[in-house]
Amino acid sequence: MSDITKKSLTEIVRLVKKKEIKSEELTQSFIKNINNDKKLNSFITKCSEIALNNAKNFDENPKLDKLLPGIPIAVKDLFCTQGVTTTAGSKMLENFIPNYESTITKNLWNEGAFLLGKLNCDEYAMGSSNETSFFGNVMNPIAENTVPGGSSGGSASALAADLTPATIGTDTGGSIRQPASFTGTVGLKPTYGLCSRWGIVAFASSLDQAGPMTKTVEDCALMLEAMVGFDKKDSTSINRKKESYSKNLTENIKGLKIGIPKEYRVEGMSKEIDKLWKNGEKILKDSGVEILDISLPSTKYALPAYYIVAPAEASSNLARYDGVKYGFRSSKGNNLIEMYENTRSEGFGDEVKRRILIGTYVLSSGYYDAYYLKAQKVRQLIKNDFDQSFKKVDAILTPSTPSSAFKIGEKKNDPISMYLNDIFTVPVNLAGIPAISIPAGLDNNNYPLGLQLIGKPLDEQKLLNIAYAVEKKINFKQTLNRWWEK
Amino acid sequence: MTKENGKYLIEGDKGKWEVVIGLEVHAQVTSNSKLFSGSSTKFGAEPNTQVSLIDSAFPGMLPVINEFCIHQAIKTGLGLNAKINLSSVFDRKNYFYADLPQGYQISQYKNPIVGEGEITLDLPQGSKKIGIERLHLEQDAGKSIHDLDPSNTFVDLNRSGVALMEIVSKPDLRSPDEVNAYVKKLRSIMRYLGTCDGNMQEGSLRADVNVSVRKVGDRNLGTRCEIKNVNSIKFMQMAIAYEAKRQVELLESGKKVDQETRLFDTKKNETRSMRSKEDAHDYRYFPDPDLLPLNLDKNLIDKIKKGLPELPDQKKERFITEHKLTPYEANILVSEKEISDYFEEVVKKSDKKLAKNWIMGDLFASLNDKNISITDSPVTSSKMAQLIDCISSGVISGRTAKEVFEVMKESGEDPKKIIESKGLQQKSDPKELETIIDKIIFDNKDKVSQYKSGKEKLFGFFVGQVMKISGGKANPKLVNDILKQKLK
Repeated sequence: MSDITKKSLTEIVRLVKKKEIKSEELTQSFIKNINNDKKLNSFITKCSEIALNNAKNFDENPKLDKLLPGIPIAVKDLFCTQGVTTTAGSKMLENFIPNYESTITKNLWNEGAFLLGKLNCDEYAMGSSNETSFFGNVMNPIAENTVPGGSSGGSASALAADLTPATIGTDTGGSIRQPASFTGTVGLKPTYGLCSRWGIVAFASSLDQAGPMTKTVEDCALMLEAMVGFDKKDSTSINRKKESYSKNLTENIKGLKIGIPKEYRVEGMSKEIDKLWKNGEKILKDSGVEILDISLPSTKYALPAYYIVAPAEASSNLARYDGVKYGFRSSKGNNLIEMYENTRSEGFGDEVKRRILIGTYVLSSGYYDAYYLKAQKVRQLIKNDFDQSFKKVDAILTPSTPSSAFKIGEKKNDPISMYLNDIFTVPVNLAGIPAISIPAGLDNNNYPLGLQLIGKPLDEQKLLNIAYAVEKKINFKQTLNRWWEK
Repeated sequence: MTKENGKYLIEGDKGKWEVVIGLEVHAQVTSNSKLFSGSSTKFGAEPNTQVSLIDSAFPGMLPVINEFCIHQAIKTGLGLNAKINLSSVFDRKNYFYADLPQGYQISQYKNPIVGEGEITLDLPQGSKKIGIERLHLEQDAGKSIHDLDPSNTFVDLNRSGVALMEIVSKPDLRSPDEVNAYVKKLRSIMRYLGTCDGNMQEGSLRADVNVSVRKVGDRNLGTRCEIKNVNSIKFMQMAIAYEAKRQVELLESGKKVDQETRLFDTKKNETRSMRSKEDAHDYRYFPDPDLLPLNLDKNLIDKIKKGLPELPDQKKERFITEHKLTPYEANILVSEKEISDYFEEVVKKSDKKLAKNWIMGDLFASLNDKNISITDSPVTSSKMAQLIDCISSGVISGRTAKEVFEVMKESGEDPKKIIESKGLQQKSDPKELETIIDKIIFDNKDKVSQYKSGKEKLFGFFVGQVMKISGGKANPKLVNDILKQKLK
C-alpha cells in the first residue's frame, strides 16, 4: 500500500471499514512520521503508547459503524485530555494533567478515534505565528524557518506534514483559518455554539470556537459531524439536531449567490492575493453561481474591536491561573500578593501579559464605556452588516489572509503588523458565524494561499458544499520535500 | 442618644442628629446544589469535600445556571412585593483572592433579576415601609483559614459557588431598632417562602451596613461608611450605634467623614477603617461571556406567584379577623412560621382565647428559659390543645393547668395522663358539691344571714371554703351556680 499517511481521512476511514488496513498499522505509520520529525516541533506531548494500545483494542473488537473507526488523531493542546498533560502552550500549565476530557475530544473518541498526541500552539491561543508558545515555535512544512500561522500552528503543521490524518483547533480570531491558509490545508470555524467549549482552555469565551482542520473538504465535513452536538455543560451551546455533513456533501452549487465584499480589498493588498480572489470568483461563476458585489461597511472597525473584546475576556479568564490551586507556582514571595505577582510574571509569556494588560485596561472604571462598551457596539454593527448581506447572498468569498506564511521572527516584535494578519478572519468571530478556509493557490515562493468562504449562522452544510465544489475545480497540489526529516 | 416620639436621635453638642441606614443583606439561597455547579451546599462538611471542577475553576470549566436558584430569587422578589425583571445579566466581578478560585465572582451588576420593592415593618410607633432597591444573585467565595498554621493560610472551597441573594434596601432605616425589625422581617419572609433558612450562626444571613448621619431636618444624605460583613443583628445594632456616634463627633469637631469601608470589631465594640474610597477595588465588571442573558417567561413568574405560600403580612391580617387577635398579638404569632403553624394547630382543636394566652404566656416563657425553638418544644401543639381542652371542658381549672404544664414542659407527657396520675381532675359532680356546700352553710349560719342581709362580699368566703374542703378541685363555675342558688 502506498504511504497511508498521505491519504485523506475519508480514504483512510474507507480502508479501515473495508478492513484493508488495521488501526495498529495505521497508527504505527503516523507514529513513524512523528518520530522522524526533527524540526517542526509540532507536538508538545506524544501519546504513542496510548495510541497503540487503543489501536490494538480497536483491532480486537472493531466497531466499524462509527464515523472515525480506529483513527488516531492529535489535537491542539488547548483541549483538556483526561490523564494527559494539557499545557495550552504555557509554562503555567506545563505539568497540568486534567482528570477530565473535553466534550469535543470525547465526541471524537465516541466516534472511534483516539488520541495520538497534543499539538503545539500559541500560549493560551494568543498569537498568529505559533511563536508565543512556551514550548518553542513551530515550523511550517512548506519551508524551513517559516511560521505555520497561529494559534493552531502545531495542528496545521502536523496535518500538512502527515503526522496526523486530521486534527482539531480552536479559532478565536482566525486561529484555525489562518494556519490552514499558511499550510495549504482546510480549516473550518463553525457557528458560535455549534461545538461545545466545555473542557477547552478558555481564551476569549464569546469568540472561542473549536473546529476541524483537515486535508480535504470531505474530511472537514466528516470531522465536523463527529465534533458537534448540544452540550448542556456549556450554556452557550446550541440545542439542535445533528446534521450529516459528510453524507449530504454535494458539489452541486448551481444557482447560489455569493457576495464579494469591497471592504476586504484592503490597501496594499498584494497582486497575488487579488489574483487568487479573482480566480475563486471565476471558478464559482463556472459552477453556476451568481456573483454579487456587497458591502460590509463596518469591517474596518473589526480588528480594533476584536483587540478590545478578546483581551478583555482573556484578562478575566486567565485570572484563575494564580498559583493557588494547580499549575505553576513561583517559589518566590513572602505573602499572597507576592506569590501572585511572581507566579504570573514567571508563568506567562510576553504576549499573554500584553493582552492581560490591554484587557485589564479596557475594563477599568472610567475606560469601560470608551473601549469595551464601544467595541460591543461595533460588534453588533458587524453582525448587522453580515445579516444584511445574507439577505442577498448565500455566502461570501474573501481571501483568508492578507499574505502567505512569513519567516520566523519577521513580525515577532511588531504586534500591530502581527495582528493585521487576522484582518479577514476576525469579523467572522465577532459575528459568531461560520467560515472555512481552503487552499486555493501558491504565491511566487510556492507558499500556499487560502480562500475564505463565510456563511450564515448554522449554514455549515452549504459552506462545505461550496468549498467542496471550489476545491474540485482548483485541484490544489503542493509537494513537500520532507526537509524536516533530515 | 435620645428617643423623641420614638425617633432615634443623637444629641450632639451642636444639635440633634439623625442616623440614616441602608442594608445590603446577603442571604444564602436554600438549594441543595450551588448556583453554577452540582456540588452540595450542606453546612458543616469536611473542608474541600463539596467542590466541583467548576467551583475550583479548573481550565475549561463553564458555569451552568441552577434553575432552582432562579426560582428561589423570583419567589423572594415576589415576597418583597418587588418587580421581577424579565431580562437580567450575570456579570463578572474581578478581583484576586486565594479563596476566589476563578479570580472573579459571578454576580449581577447593572441588570439584577429583581428590581424595586418594599416591606412593611411593625414598630411600636406604628408601621413603616422600607424600600428595597434590588435583589441580585451571586456566588459566594470560599473561606480562608488563617489560624490553623503560623505561616500558611488554608483555603476551604465548600462555600465557593454557593448561591447568595444580595438584597439591597433603600436608605430608609433610621435606628438600630428599625434595623432589628427589618432584618427580622426579611428573615421571616424568606423563611415563610423557604428561600433562605436565615441561620445567622451558619452564615446564611449576613449584612453590609451603610451608615451616615445628618442634622435633624436636613434633607441631604451625609457621607456614608460601609461596615462590612456583620453576622448578627446584635452586632449590626452595636456597630450602627458606635459608627453614628463616631460620625457625629467627627462632624461636630469640624472634620469630615471619609467615604470608606469599615470593619466591626465585636470584641472592642468599635468600627475601624478597612480601606478608603481611593483604595477601593476596581472590579472591572463586565457581562460573563460564559452565560447568556437570563430571559424569564412571564408565565413562569405568574406560576410561581400562584404557588406562593401565605406570607407574614397576609397571615397577620387573617389572624386578626379569624382568631380575634390584636395586631400586637398577631405580629408576635406570625413572626416565625413555626410559631404560627403551632398556633394554628392548637386553635384548630381548642379555644382560641385560651390558646393564644397559653402560647404567648407559659409556652413562650418555657421556651425562653430553655432557649429552644418552638419546633423543639416538648409540649407539642396537640398536647397543648389537649391541655386547653381540659380547661375549657372543666376537667381542670386554669390554676391546676399551670401545675400540669410544669410537668409537661419537662417531660412532654400527655396532659390527660398527668391529670389522671396526680388525681387533679376537678369535682364536677353537682351532688357531691351540694353535700359540701350544705355542710358549709350549716356550719356558718351567722355568715349566711350577714350575706343575705346585704354583705355580698362574703360570697368569696363561701367559695373559698368549698375550695378548701375540695382540695382546690371543685369546678369553680358549678360552685358558683350552686352557691348562688342555695344562698338565695
